[in-house]
Amino acid sequence: MAIAAEAPRPRRRRLTRAIVARGTVPYLLILPVVAVLGALLAYPIYKLVVLSLQQYTLFELIQHKGKWIGLDNFKAIFRDQVFWHTLLRTVIFTVANVGLTIVGGMLIALLLVRVSGWVRILLTSGLVLVWAMPQVVAVQVWYWMTNYQNGVVNYILTQLHVGNYFQHDWYATTFSSLGLVTLLIVWGALPFVAITLYAALSQVPRELVEAAEIDGARAWNVFRDVTLPILMPILLILTSLSILWDFGVFTQAYLLINSSHIHPSNYLMSIYLFQEGFQKADYGKGSAISIVMLVIVALLSFFYVRKMVRVGEVE
Amino acid sequence: MSSRALRRNGWNVVGVGLFVLMVFPVFWMISTSFKPADEINSQTPTWFSGNPTLQHFRDAIHKPFFWDSVKNSVFIVLIAVAISMVLAFLAAVALAKYRFTGRKLFIVLMIGIQMLPGAGLIIPLYVVLARYHQVDTLTGVIVVYISAVLPFSVWTLRGFILGIPKELEEAAMVDGSTRLGAFARILLPLVAPGLVATSVFAFITSWNEYIFARILLNDQSKQTVTVWLSYFLGTSRNTDWGALMAASTLTAIPVVLFFLIVQRRIAFGLTAGAVKG
Repeated sequence: MAIAAEAPRPRRRRLTRAIVARGTVPYLLILPVVAVLGALLAYPIYKLVVLSLQQYTLFELIQHKGKWIGLDNFKAIFRDQVFWHTLLRTVIFTVANVGLTIVGGMLIALLLVRVSGWVRILLTSGLVLVWAMPQVVAVQVWYWMTNYQNGVVNYILTQLHVGNYFQHDWYATTFSSLGLVTLLIVWGALPFVAITLYAALSQVPRELVEAAEIDGARAWNVFRDVTLPILMPILLILTSLSILWDFGVFTQAYLLINSSHIHPSNYLMSIYLFQEGFQKADYGKGSAISIVMLVIVALLSFFYVRKMVRVGEVE
Repeated sequence: MSSRALRRNGWNVVGVGLFVLMVFPVFWMISTSFKPADEINSQTPTWFSGNPTLQHFRDAIHKPFFWDSVKNSVFIVLIAVAISMVLAFLAAVALAKYRFTGRKLFIVLMIGIQMLPGAGLIIPLYVVLARYHQVDTLTGVIVVYISAVLPFSVWTLRGFILGIPKELEEAAMVDGSTRLGAFARILLPLVAPGLVATSVFAFITSWNEYIFARILLNDQSKQTVTVWLSYFLGTSRNTDWGALMAASTLTAIPVVLFFLIVQRRIAFGLTAGAVKG
């Protein structure tokens, strides 16, 4: 009796120790990443909240000590007309950019299916080349192509008799300068969207499309009733990614419009934040704007994160 | 049949037209960088120059701080990528091979962090780094870049590790390998291409980064290539477009080359042929 009762015990203990040891392994593996992100993201975000409740300018930065002012920074922003105009402008800008990117990417993907092999290779290589272009480089090229003195865009538009664009200054109005930023962003984003959608299109079962065609469905109906539902998940992911990127865009807009032309009338959200918080060295107010912006982005990204987490769970 | 061929030819024309439209800015950049100044400044553009010159490239690399900025970018990017790859790989193994409490939270954080716009974090990071005297040091930028590339590196590496068939590892364990042995001899070589691909993506992201380099490095001798390029225009009315385009071409070359490598790596597939059937 006594022997029989004792025998399984060491085995059970050994098992438990092994389980405990194995149990700690994943935590040890993720520890470095958690530590780095804790120091460089969690702490700054905590700091962001504190700063937004303080008066914190260059003076306080040198002193390393802010002055507590409660919600005054937020009140100042919400009372600022520039904030509301910027928010509206950024929303319109985002809708235009995302719409053009997704529709354009879808059309290119559909085109890639229909062209001959050599055109597909040619177009795909072109797209990959564009995809690889660094943003700052693309901005300089855009600026050179659209400069009013001898930009090639003005020359081509004039030659094509679109109108007289001789020495036309594209940066004179908010609409056309942000229009150029839109073209720049859409041009840069199309390759990723088009190639991803093309890959997704090749997953659509051919039998389904052929069956619909035999039944006499028109091309548009086949697309709407067969292809689109299958592409829906990936389209939603691409759309939410584009919304997030375009809402927070800084580099292209800031550099293309150029510091000399940056003005409250053409601010986007991140530029408003940069000018108020950084250029004017009002870090408290800048932090409050950052928080408003991050909250909007967090709400917008909810769908994407939920979707991707599901992907992570299934695997 | 012939109407089908006709339609295909029509689409081909559209495809080639689209190719020309998309690639034109890149073509125009390269073409301008080889053109003599008088052709560049002419009101009527020359598409292909009859007498190409390397003068603009010479001008670009002799601009103040060009080599400093190249050195800084290479240094920052190499260290940031090396450190983040090691850290990300460990976390990716944890995600791909273990089920543990908090795993879901960790995944949510990795994906959520990627979505944060960089502009939203410039102020707190600037204030925190200034507090620890890391403004105007390369170290400050390196740590920021590590935290910027970590989340997507963890996520993509996890995918690469999952892509390796479990059978391979199990077979090695059955053959008497320990878990660590199976890991070193089976998993690591198979995941190497994925590691290369992820590092290249991290390289491109850091090389192209602008806003943090712009605010964290004020000293001109400490700037990165992107910031150097963004200041190239300056405020002069007579812009040296040739040199600007030559400088742009030089900045883009490493990125484009690396990008093409990754595209191929990913296309070849990681375990193709490892397990038949």
